Amino acid sequence: MTQVRDLTAAQAADAVRDGKLSATELFDAYRDAAAADELNAYLYVAEEPNVSGGDLHGVPLAVKDLFCTKGVISQSGSKILEGYKPPYTATVVENLEKAGAPLLGKTNQDEFAMGSSNENSAFGPVQNPWDRERVPGGSSGGSAAAVAAGTAPWALGTDTGGSIRQPAAMCGIVGLKPTYGAVSRFGMIAFASSLDQAGPLTRDVTDAALLLGHMVSKDPCDATSIGRPDEIALPRSHKLDGIRLGRPDDLSTEGVEPGVMEAYERTLKLAEDLGATIETCHLPHADHGISAYYVIAPAEASSNLARFDGVRYGLRSNGGDLLSMYTHTRHDGFGAEVKRRIMLGTYALSSGYYDAYYGRAQRVRTLIATDFKQAFENVDFVVTPTAPTTAFKIGELADDPLAMYLNDYFTVPMSLAGIPAISIPNGLSDGRPTGFQLAGPAFSESRILDAAYALEQAIGFDGSETRK
Amino acid sequence: MIDREQVLHVARLARLELSEDEVGRMTTELSKILDHIEKIGELDLEGVPPTSHVVEVTGALRADVPRPSLPREVAFENAPDIADDGFRVPSPQAHA
Repeated sequence: MTQVRDLTAAQAADAVRDGKLSATELFDAYRDAAAADELNAYLYVAEEPNVSGGDLHGVPLAVKDLFCTKGVISQSGSKILEGYKPPYTATVVENLEKAGAPLLGKTNQDEFAMGSSNENSAFGPVQNPWDRERVPGGSSGGSAAAVAAGTAPWALGTDTGGSIRQPAAMCGIVGLKPTYGAVSRFGMIAFASSLDQAGPLTRDVTDAALLLGHMVSKDPCDATSIGRPDEIALPRSHKLDGIRLGRPDDLSTEGVEPGVMEAYERTLKLAEDLGATIETCHLPHADHGISAYYVIAPAEASSNLARFDGVRYGLRSNGGDLLSMYTHTRHDGFGAEVKRRIMLGTYALSSGYYDAYYGRAQRVRTLIATDFKQAFENVDFVVTPTAPTTAFKIGELADDPLAMYLNDYFTVPMSLAGIPAISIPNGLSDGRPTGFQLAGPAFSESRILDAAYALEQAIGFDGSETRK
Repeated sequence: MIDREQVLHVARLARLELSEDEVGRMTTELSKILDHIEKIGELDLEGVPPTSHVVEVTGALRADVPRPSLPREVAFENAPDIADDGFRVPSPQAHA
């Protein structure tokens, strides 16, 4: 057998099942690689596997820091939760443990998942394995970098406005945001509850299907979880016969790196060769996605993060009376971006501004969701580049929050509409990975994975360069 | 646009202490972000209902049956300060 870590997660599971590889050998190989990680992708690495057997046969799983894992640090990348060990495990992590995926480690992330570069982590930035001077994307940057570097076979991330898809694109791996409600949010340290969804970051489309299939559940602890789609089939299709891909004409391509556009156009041609037709579709309000998102997400965040008050868990900074304890704790515990979003959200919800900001944004959200519904009457999937640029340099956008927010331009509309979307590696631009995004109607994950698989085979991206 | 007074007001609402430097930066950065966001003011939203939940779910109620909750000692494990079986906090009134 070749090196253990050369196998995809699905191949490793098969090898263990067939007795060609021991689950212990598999875990040890990844534990050693994760412990030797030089990208700052990990905040914790497990010593021993906590489960074995099951359908996933002991293939270890890297988990974003914000998932609660009982007795294991879960800090959401924040100083305010430094050293926090929760008393319970998130439902989705529990589902995967029951399926036989032991916890390999906890991965670095932007603080409270707020960011597109992983530079907002209280525990330092993560380096992109394609170019160590560049960001891995965010907020699931540690998970993406770990999978791309081959120190994890696969990883869990969360996506609120692009936080799985954008780092997947920048690290040359696959990232899928499921339909809102497909996966339980119980035990995910909340950012924006109406948008947050957990999803897989993997080396290929098959692994994404395999992992997602074991994530989905209806959970009594999350009233928004639905337990659909019922079954995620492993993708097999090599053709796109009869598939209609919608190319939105209302999303601006200004600010999109030329190499990213070229890769996108190239893949549309490949799709035609596979039997697909490319049609123009209209998403007249998607261009306002960023504006609506940066009202709704911070508003929900300002409410969710009110719980960090120094009373029940986490950091406490005393300042005399009770009120000073709250304000000092939050001053010392939150980083700059989190403070910015709490301020933005509190402002948008404050008396006199609620209707102008939050109320309007919620209506724009309706328009964007309706745009997609109408588009899907004529096309099967909407396709875009995943992110406007390839990975930028660490520090390059640090002083320009708005420019950083615009990184989510192509991913935010799907989040607002609650629909599933995948990013697959789409070749290189200037030596750095680009991503191709496919989005479909609610609960169309199996069809998306099938189409993504056909494209993946045709694109033939080789991600082995960064796995050592 | 947001001015210094508004920044201080919002920080009070958010229970967030800001340094002098942070107040300055927040005023500039939030103004720039709000200018961008205000583009949604151009849209005609007459008669458009707001979305608070994207996937249609009805009757997401569970049976109203008591279940065991987190044991008290487990809930206290991460607390910065406990006393008399409760979370201890500083007095609401500053001591002299």
